[in-house]
Amino acid sequence: MQITLNINGQDKKMDVEPRTLLAHAIRDAGLTGTHIGCDSSSCGVCTVLLDGNIPVKSCTMFAVSAEGHPITTVEGLAGSNLHPIQQAFHDQHGLQCGYCTPGMMLSSVALLERNPNPSEDEIRFALSGNLCRCTGYQNIVKAVQQAAQAMNQPAGAAADD
Amino acid sequence: MAIESPNLEPKGIQGLGKAIKRKEDSRFIVGKGNYLDDINLPGMMHMALVHSPYAHAKINGIDSSEALKVPGVKAVITSKELAGAGLAWVPTLAGDKQMVLADGKVLYQWQEVAAVFADTRQAAADGAAAVQVDYEPLQAVVDPYKATDADAPVLREDIKDKMEGAHGPRRHNNHIWTWDVGSKDETDQALASSEIRVKQHMVYPRSHPAPLEPCGCIGDMSKATGRLTVYMTSQAPHAIRTVLSLVTGIPENNIRVISPDIGGGFGNKVPVYPGYVCAIVGSIVLGVPVKWVETRTENLTTTGFARDFHMDIEIGATKEGKVTAMKVYTLADHGAFDAAADPSKYPAGLFSICTGSYDFPKAYAEVDAVYTNKAPGGVAYRCSFRVTEASYLIERSMDVLAHELKMDPAELRIKNFIQPAQFPYPSALGWTYDSGDYEKTLKVALDKLGYEELRKEQAEKRAKGELMGIGISTFTEIVGAGPSKDFDILGLKMFDGAEIRVHPSGSAIVRAGTRHQGQGHETTWAQIVSEELGLDVDKIIVEEGDTDTAPYGLGTYASRSTPVAGGAMALGARRIREKAKKIAAHLLEVGEADVEWADKKFSVKGVPGKSVTMSQVAFAAYTNLPQGMEPGLETTYYYDPPNLTFPNGAYVCVVDVDKGTGEVKVRRFVAIDDCGTIINPMIVEGQVHGGLTEGFAMAFMQEIAFDAEGNNLSSNFTDYLLPTSLETPKWETGHTVTPSPHHPIGAKGVGESPTVGSPAAFVNAVVDALAHLGVRHLDMPVTREKVWKVLRGAGIDAF
Amino acid sequence: MIPGAFDYHRPSSVEEAVALMGQYGLEARILAGGQSLIPAMRYRLAQPAVLVDINKLPNLAYLSEENGMLRVGALVRDTDVEFHQDIQSRYHLIADVSQVVADPIVRYRGTVVGSLCHNDPSGDWAATAIAARAQMVIRGQGGERTEAIDDFIVDSFTTSIQEGEMAVEARFPVPNTRTSGAYEKIERKVGDYATAAAAVQLELAQDGTIKEIGIGVTAVALKALRVAEGEKLLRGQKPTRDLIRAAAEEAAKIADPNPDARGSKEYKKDMARVLVGRGLVKALGRLGVKI
Ligand SMILES: Cc1cc2nc3c(=O)[nH]c(=O)nc-3n(C[C@H](O)[C@H](O)[C@H](O)COP(=O)(O)OP(=O)(O)OC[C@H]3O[C@@H](n4cnc5c(N)ncnc54)[C@H](O)[C@@H]3O)c2cc1C
Ligand code: FES
Ligand code: FES
Repeated sequence: MQITLNINGQDKKMDVEPRTLLAHAIRDAGLTGTHIGCDSSSCGVCTVLLDGNIPVKSCTMFAVSAEGHPITTVEGLAGSNLHPIQQAFHDQHGLQCGYCTPGMMLSSVALLERNPNPSEDEIRFALSGNLCRCTGYQNIVKAVQQAAQAMNQPAGAAADD
Repeated sequence: MAIESPNLEPKGIQGLGKAIKRKEDSRFIVGKGNYLDDINLPGMMHMALVHSPYAHAKINGIDSSEALKVPGVKAVITSKELAGAGLAWVPTLAGDKQMVLADGKVLYQWQEVAAVFADTRQAAADGAAAVQVDYEPLQAVVDPYKATDADAPVLREDIKDKMEGAHGPRRHNNHIWTWDVGSKDETDQALASSEIRVKQHMVYPRSHPAPLEPCGCIGDMSKATGRLTVYMTSQAPHAIRTVLSLVTGIPENNIRVISPDIGGGFGNKVPVYPGYVCAIVGSIVLGVPVKWVETRTENLTTTGFARDFHMDIEIGATKEGKVTAMKVYTLADHGAFDAAADPSKYPAGLFSICTGSYDFPKAYAEVDAVYTNKAPGGVAYRCSFRVTEASYLIERSMDVLAHELKMDPAELRIKNFIQPAQFPYPSALGWTYDSGDYEKTLKVALDKLGYEELRKEQAEKRAKGELMGIGISTFTEIVGAGPSKDFDILGLKMFDGAEIRVHPSGSAIVRAGTRHQGQGHETTWAQIVSEELGLDVDKIIVEEGDTDTAPYGLGTYASRSTPVAGGAMALGARRIREKAKKIAAHLLEVGEADVEWADKKFSVKGVPGKSVTMSQVAFAAYTNLPQGMEPGLETTYYYDPPNLTFPNGAYVCVVDVDKGTGEVKVRRFVAIDDCGTIINPMIVEGQVHGGLTEGFAMAFMQEIAFDAEGNNLSSNFTDYLLPTSLETPKWETGHTVTPSPHHPIGAKGVGESPTVGSPAAFVNAVVDALAHLGVRHLDMPVTREKVWKVLRGAGIDAF
Repeated sequence: MIPGAFDYHRPSSVEEAVALMGQYGLEARILAGGQSLIPAMRYRLAQPAVLVDINKLPNLAYLSEENGMLRVGALVRDTDVEFHQDIQSRYHLIADVSQVVADPIVRYRGTVVGSLCHNDPSGDWAATAIAARAQMVIRGQGGERTEAIDDFIVDSFTTSIQEGEMAVEARFPVPNTRTSGAYEKIERKVGDYATAAAAVQLELAQDGTIKEIGIGVTAVALKALRVAEGEKLLRGQKPTRDLIRAAAEEAAKIADPNPDARGSKEYKKDMARVLVGRGLVKALGRLGVKI
């Protein structure tokens, strides 16, 4: 069936089966930053944002159900500059193999929108639907803290480091 | 407009010891990594596999007719078709052979039975679901101790009467080999005359590396050129190319293996799996590219398991706690085929590092390997060939001995450490340890933790009926396999290559035979070259994973990249520097003897200010050479290490135990590593965090378990448990630096130390918390229930 | 893994949804959050021929108090409860459970009503609904009915919803200031179903005796259970440690769990006891009663 998905601000017409998972639809549209790591909705490497700030596991949603809900993937995080969370993952060595990173960053963005000043415990809690096999999470926590700080700075006072 | 690729490059000369940010991050944080499943080729078909529901069964027939009716399905192959291509069976890395698709019978649950090729992944999946297989279930061998019973069923009909195996005689149809090392008689004697003897049985359970990116492969046979391109999630692309050439008969120069970005490997992505072979055969037969990407279930049930060592140890000691001898017997469950990825001469890997950090005068170890109805593997899961099992064995056992002696486990260790003056230290089981200062490292850890205070707290708590424990592990690893006189896989010597090309304008491209999976080689290799050549890191590009361009090498696993490829990188750079020095002399118009390399440039001795940089030399190498010199500034260096390296560390763990549920909470974990020279402290710390987390998972959650019929009980992430950010403890890390004396830059490798060293620290801590209740050992994973049993057994209850 | 093929319907009214369910009968399944159904379909453990996606139905995402009941519409996601400040501060039991169902990302899609309809014997909402004495509102072509949770939960993965029906709402009594509760769950990791879990909710009378109490346990039988004997022991009594212990033991008595990788029968039974005990102590503690 023909559907239109709005991904990162762009309408994409696609031909899918009802059973096509959103993750596959996004990847087939050439946006391969959204990954797949399991079949049991456990790992979260497929996480994307729906309606701007709702993180969902795109392997656990049919593409058809996403019609009418703008989708943000990792490719849509940066504007003309990196999103603070991207910069922070780099600065804090919050990634190793990079496979979990897109989902991890998108879950972090959703957290920061809801809670701009999360404690370490709150970060660990909010990210516990996303697995990482490489980093042991510690530097991911630091990255989210850095991003929180950067995002809380009044506009125009962007740090230059 | 979203940015495609940010410029995050660290700038300038950034040599050893600098915590520069990673060069490779740029593409990953914007979603532009290029993993296997991201590759789509024109006309590509998809493959799905049919799997056995039984652990042991005869196959009476396979009916593909319904599958072939599914729209989009183009072909189904079984063992019969593979036999036509001579590929029904392929050799394993361990001298055995392995079915690609079930040939007459299946030997483990989820074994690959047929491959379905279709236009879409949906059609392939539907086709696989439609293949009908007629199975006749047979009795399964699940318990390795029963594998060699007289009445045990024969698993491997193919070698039924072949009693000479790849590693010596086999004494039963399900016996693979027996390997031993050390002097049995002398060890027995030493044990017999020891004042104290302790024995312990312990199991290192079967586990799985489970990187978040599953394995996958795209076979792309070009009919036009006769060239086979294989995209594969491989930690060892060159070795794979050689193996593929040997099994398919395609000349090696007509095979190109490309290992794209890898979403974690941890040993899982070293072997050749049936799915890879089928995708390649599919491409050859169908004439189009064929992609196969594992499901998580396929990953956990059929590929690269690790561990599964069932160990018995006996240690002798004096009453004062000086160890006298160690004797080990291990039963290794290798599953249905011996596909362990170990160096040829070492079927039990480097398990003989089991004397650990201690000065054992005598030791003997024997390992028996058996077939069972489980998936093959035995990969080095974030571990240098069975070092994890060995380290766990000795570190757990030292606590058992301490318990017996009623001695503080730290004190017992200090009493028995190999002393700094003893290096190079010849161990009772034949290794020559390079360097270490074990007592210093332990003391740093104990001080950081506040050991004495915590022991006091523990005593007070115990008096009140509360349970806390402290566990220590002072492990020694053996990595960097290895010297070619002893180390090969399938005859391929375990060296590694580095190629460095310095371009006229002073930038460079560096290639290695290794393949990183998150370890940061694109940064660390650049740092080594920056250090040795004085080039800016942002002018050095590192490339790995394409066998057409990279120099040969055995790949990235077993913590061998830094010890071996890192050595190649440093020595290759030094070779370039030698030539550069001649050019520098020419430019400076002095004799070579008057030129020195200092402060990352060439200067005339004693003439301050008269110098040239490597960039200037590079330009001259292509524009202004001394008479008669070969132009260019590049080299390929193959490094054959003189010895292995012996990273070590002291880990200390504090746990609290919930008396009601048996839950164990890790309160603190201090990890002090000594991996010799540190190239990039940030990356080393990251590696340690990740490895500790996997050690934690081993100790408390991860296990590939089977029921009595051989059904795999851990076939997805709801049953095979990986810790999340919430369970994972906070790590406190640090290091001591005892460089390896024989390594070009003194580095030892660190990626695996934490996975190797930490499980014993966790288990020791739990056992320590319960020791006064009479507990001496608990097997991993230490579940709440195991602790609960102890508690209730001792009449302890709470809600 | 890829689900089997199915026909997809996206009704725009409850009436239309119910009509579709009536038309396709047992062939059809409601798709709510999909967090149980889609994984099951990926493993092809569930292969419905027709899916009726209710996510676009208007006016089913309400979460409001009316006539002494908290009305939870069929499209209320777990996170709607988790991030609802008022509910978090007044509904102690629901607040607790809303933070331990599945994992934080799954909770953004999973619905409270969907979980109750799915009725996994290890699910968290059923035990909660039992302790809180919730009701379910079920709609069919013939109209609507309201059912007590104890009647709604029939068996493992089975509820009283009939062919051609769907649930539109769950109702939880509004707690007064003398009411508290707690949810105690042990799981092997985030995202795991409970090894065992206990839900308790109780109301204290002015004199400090327990006026009303509900105790539910999950993952210890083929369905979530009410610990009725435990409730009986405590109802009308001043809570003491001994009484709590005795009530908790009732949970172990009725628990009849299957042994699995999460634990043996004995362990799970004992955990039912420990967790009920802990839940009671915690709920009382929240009302200022130290045990
Ligand atoms: C990784 C993971 C971990 C989880 N862990 C837990 C856990 O610890 N505890 C727990 O309780 N749950 C857990 N779940 C399940 C999760 O909470 C589900 O969201 C929930 O059980 C089902 O809600 P849903 O809205 O997603 O329902 P769906 O998946 O859409 O539906 C589930 C079933 O209920 C039926 N259904 C749904 N809504 C209605 C309705 N209104 N009327 C009639 N029938 C309906 C569907 O037809 C289907 O049969 C987990 C899920 C995942 C993926
Ligand atoms: S792919 Fe694992 S949760 Fe979606
Ligand atoms: S960085 Fe590899 S899984 Fe997270």
